[in-house]
Amino acid sequence: MTTAETDAARADAEAGATAPRSAAGNPIGFGRMLRKEDARFLRGRGRYLDDIQLPGMLHGAILRSPFAHARIAAIDTSAAEAHPKVTAVITGATLESLGLAWMPTLSDDVQAVLATDKVRFQGQEVAFVVAEDRYAARDALELIEVDYEPLEPVVDARRALDPDAPVIRSDVEGKADNHVFDWESGDPARCDEVFAAADVVVRQDMTYPRSHPAPLETCGSVAHMDPVTGKLTAWITSQAPHAHRTVYALVAGLPEHKIQVISPDIGGGFGNKVPIYPGYVLAVVGSIVTGAPVKWVEDRSENLMSTGFARDYHMRGEIAATRDGRILGLRVDVVADHGAFNASANPSKYPAGFFNIFTGSYDLQAAHCKVTGVYTNKAPGGVAYACSFRITEAVYLVERMVDLLADELGTDPAELRMRNLLRPEQFPYRTQTGWEYDSGDYPRALRLALDMAGYDELRAEQAERRARGELMGIGLSFFTEGVGAGPRKHMDILGLGMADGCELRVHPTGKAVVRLSVQTQGQGHETTFAQIVASQLGIPPEDIEVVHGDTDQTPFGLGTYGSRSTPVSGAAAAVVARRVRDKARLVAAAALECSPDDLEWEHGRWHVRGDPSQGRTIQEIALLAHSSLELPEGVEGHLDASAVYNPPNLTYPFGAYVCVVDVDPGTGRVAVRRFVAVDDCGPRINPMIVEGQIHGGLADGVGMALMQAIAFDEDGNCLGGSFMDYLLPTAMECPPWELGETVTPSPHHPIGAKGIGESATVGSPAAVVNAVIDALEPFGVRHADMPLTPAQVWLAMQGRPARTDIAVW
Amino acid sequence: MQTPAPFEYERAGSVDDALALLERHGPEARLIAGGHSLLPMMKLRLARPEVLIDINDLDDLAYIRLDGDAIAIGAMTRHAELLDSPLLAEHHLVFREAERVIADPVVRNRGTIGGSLCQADPSEDLSAVVAALGAELVVRSRTGARTVPARAFHTGPYETVVGDAEILTEVRVPVRPGAGSAYEKVERRAGDWAIAAAGTFVTLDGDTVADVGIGLTAVGAPHFCAPEAEDALRGGPATEDRLAEAARIAAEHTDPSGDQRGPAEYKRHLARELTLRALRRSVARARGEGV
Repeated sequence: MTTAETDAARADAEAGATAPRSAAGNPIGFGRMLRKEDARFLRGRGRYLDDIQLPGMLHGAILRSPFAHARIAAIDTSAAEAHPKVTAVITGATLESLGLAWMPTLSDDVQAVLATDKVRFQGQEVAFVVAEDRYAARDALELIEVDYEPLEPVVDARRALDPDAPVIRSDVEGKADNHVFDWESGDPARCDEVFAAADVVVRQDMTYPRSHPAPLETCGSVAHMDPVTGKLTAWITSQAPHAHRTVYALVAGLPEHKIQVISPDIGGGFGNKVPIYPGYVLAVVGSIVTGAPVKWVEDRSENLMSTGFARDYHMRGEIAATRDGRILGLRVDVVADHGAFNASANPSKYPAGFFNIFTGSYDLQAAHCKVTGVYTNKAPGGVAYACSFRITEAVYLVERMVDLLADELGTDPAELRMRNLLRPEQFPYRTQTGWEYDSGDYPRALRLALDMAGYDELRAEQAERRARGELMGIGLSFFTEGVGAGPRKHMDILGLGMADGCELRVHPTGKAVVRLSVQTQGQGHETTFAQIVASQLGIPPEDIEVVHGDTDQTPFGLGTYGSRSTPVSGAAAAVVARRVRDKARLVAAAALECSPDDLEWEHGRWHVRGDPSQGRTIQEIALLAHSSLELPEGVEGHLDASAVYNPPNLTYPFGAYVCVVDVDPGTGRVAVRRFVAVDDCGPRINPMIVEGQIHGGLADGVGMALMQAIAFDEDGNCLGGSFMDYLLPTAMECPPWELGETVTPSPHHPIGAKGIGESATVGSPAAVVNAVIDALEPFGVRHADMPLTPAQVWLAMQGRPARTDIAVW
Repeated sequence: MQTPAPFEYERAGSVDDALALLERHGPEARLIAGGHSLLPMMKLRLARPEVLIDINDLDDLAYIRLDGDAIAIGAMTRHAELLDSPLLAEHHLVFREAERVIADPVVRNRGTIGGSLCQADPSEDLSAVVAALGAELVVRSRTGARTVPARAFHTGPYETVVGDAEILTEVRVPVRPGAGSAYEKVERRAGDWAIAAAGTFVTLDGDTVADVGIGLTAVGAPHFCAPEAEDALRGGPATEDRLAEAARIAAEHTDPSGDQRGPAEYKRHLARELTLRALRRSVARARGEGV
């Protein structure tokens, strides 16, 4: 993209405030407008998975393992089968006979749909009951007798590779340990040189504990295998309906054109609804076995205990620098807990996701990371909760390390960051681990955040308070995200390239329908994508219907996760709209009896250059395109178009965050007083929606930093199986967010947009933790693992912070 | 959706009706008031009553009124009413301060004082409050009523003296002229159960502590109270040193268990810290200082 085009994208953004308004008052393009979908959501008229009722529909429930690791000696289902309302009871043995007991995961492994040989985590699927109603299905679970022979579980990821550790994956022939993969990135030899020559090396172990995205709506499916047509219709709480359909076809051998996957309104995803879960498969099997539609919806505990978790990274970071504060290199060694099956949902060539973007926002001479994946007796998953394929972990690591270095050097952490941030002229910038950052002005964003926070005044206040024995902390985080996966030559999921299709149809009266492959889970696609098309075509957003979530109605694409909707499908929507605009130009030229080259586009209208009175609006052109107007040779008529967008690179949003906390010295309780977030996601299509996304991500960060973790006791019992145990932050824990923005468009994206869905979740935990550790400076605290609960803070003040991944009391 | 095990449902129209239903259905019947503890436990199938007897129609048990030298609180009084009560706030601010940090508005609109005390959760805030204030609890059966001191009401975690065919109908809180009281709680997040909490009242005679009550919850304090600490403080001057000593003694007699809210040593530390904070504010209030 040329400089002129970049400037054009910037102008697009700035024009948001002045975009022409439709009769309904909406911006015809970028700008604030209320979300089109909210009319139904606010009235309780959304149509979610559990709202679906089909004639004759049956209900499924899953019997789950109470043990983390146990051999299944016998299963007796006779009493459950005798229950008057039970239609079918399916066990691993049933599935084995169908060849469906195991399913492939997205990470080159297999996962048990129903356990056959043994159970490998508490909450694992053991049997499936189909009954006339949900209560009966649940009641009948208690009638199934399973004879378990408990085995020693592997709970502590750091000991999973001990020679005497029990082998979890005895199903894999020849498997004698709990090793999943080793993965390296960067240059270890160069790193050694840089570290050897450095004045200062700081090292720290830190755990990013296991958390869970916990969307308000849990996962579920309604499967209907029509015995007459042989067509499978599956309503699924899926963030990626097309990918699910293809995987169903590959796994079950069903013909893909006979599978329709529908994602209805989705009550939050956050990566929890990307994988294919045993429950989805069981609903299909249940429908095949009974000949009736089968609904399965997991309850809250099932969601927290068995579906895709997030993080669980045990990291050792090392940072090297000169005495005067020039960061030279970064090294990291990770033990990644993948649970009992490697079902991590990341592009196939990246077993640790994009963790190797851990060099962050700094100009380094060398970097190296090594990640070892291990099996434990815990639920599978790993990539979820707005992590941008594990950039969350990477940002947390580097931003903690920079603070530790600042502490070691006696340098202000803001000053240290400012000194080492990439400079605008270094873009596009190639990192030591091979990523090419597209654009950025990092110092500008950090300066803005510090100014908004009143950083110097805060430090002065902190000094005064410390003199009085009060604990106030100021924490910073600067992050670079990498989203919009991804270039198909580098990235695929199960061999499927990550390009997105888009179709646009303009009706004769100038109303339009845009069909997307991505699926919204609440982030406002029906508005944002209408605005993207509006910005390119001049059709008001209220006149543009956004169709998504139904594989029979939409073009192929890989779905919504990793903040990829706007970077990939948003680009596709812009490209397809431009194609329509180009077609419209030919039609307008025919109508105006001039050359297309003589036409100029302005505010939804092609007009003759130099004579704006001679023109046709897009609505007029749409009618003409369908009319008896004689069209030039080669112009087919109508305005419909389609496109497939294959991103040339990821987009790299970034931001600078400042958090201020107060810690009660007597109780260890943390209160987040202020949070300043400056985000740069390129042009903001709908600033209100962008701000909402940021608010959500900041709340996530407060939650992860202060209260969210799923720990396990020594028997492998999950200690986060309900909202009484796994705490989500409330408004009471969140300060009024103070948002700022800079706009640095992506040079390779058609409208310069970079994606915002995960930035705040990625960037904020480190700022909160840095603030708390800063507050505890008088106690000599260097580090304490999240979540910084009152107990953990108090223990840190005593000089002995605890592990938070396993129960230690 | 979490689905409870099968149960029968009855709706009582009066206390006598409820007592008759309890007698008819026996020990596997449970009263349900606000249901905010019982229903989640039923949905998790940790509680499996055969019969639920709904007492939400017993409006005559919803009151807060001055009755002689006590404030009488009907067992069906909702948390939100306790929070808003000017009468309670006038006499015992500890109630308002505790209610403000009990669960969230949705739960407070529905949950009742009777349900909270009878559920007997070892982390229940109101158990500490009524223990601190030396309240008395009125328990009715078909044959009559008996009065039980708050400090003899709980017989263990989730256990009380209320028999299978009895109902807690009223909580009687002594009016203590000149008393200052306060509640201090630390939780992991708004709405969570306490990691530890302390509620106290103090009356002064000049600068001498005439009477004191200390209630503690979530820390394994027997009967939610700290009589040894009260004895140590009562009858002497209300100095910071003596308050601290009382707090130390109170913590010494707790027996907290470690869990995901924190290790036992931290909870014991909180018992001491929060008792001290509550005592300080109680004394200040008894002195008429606005805190």
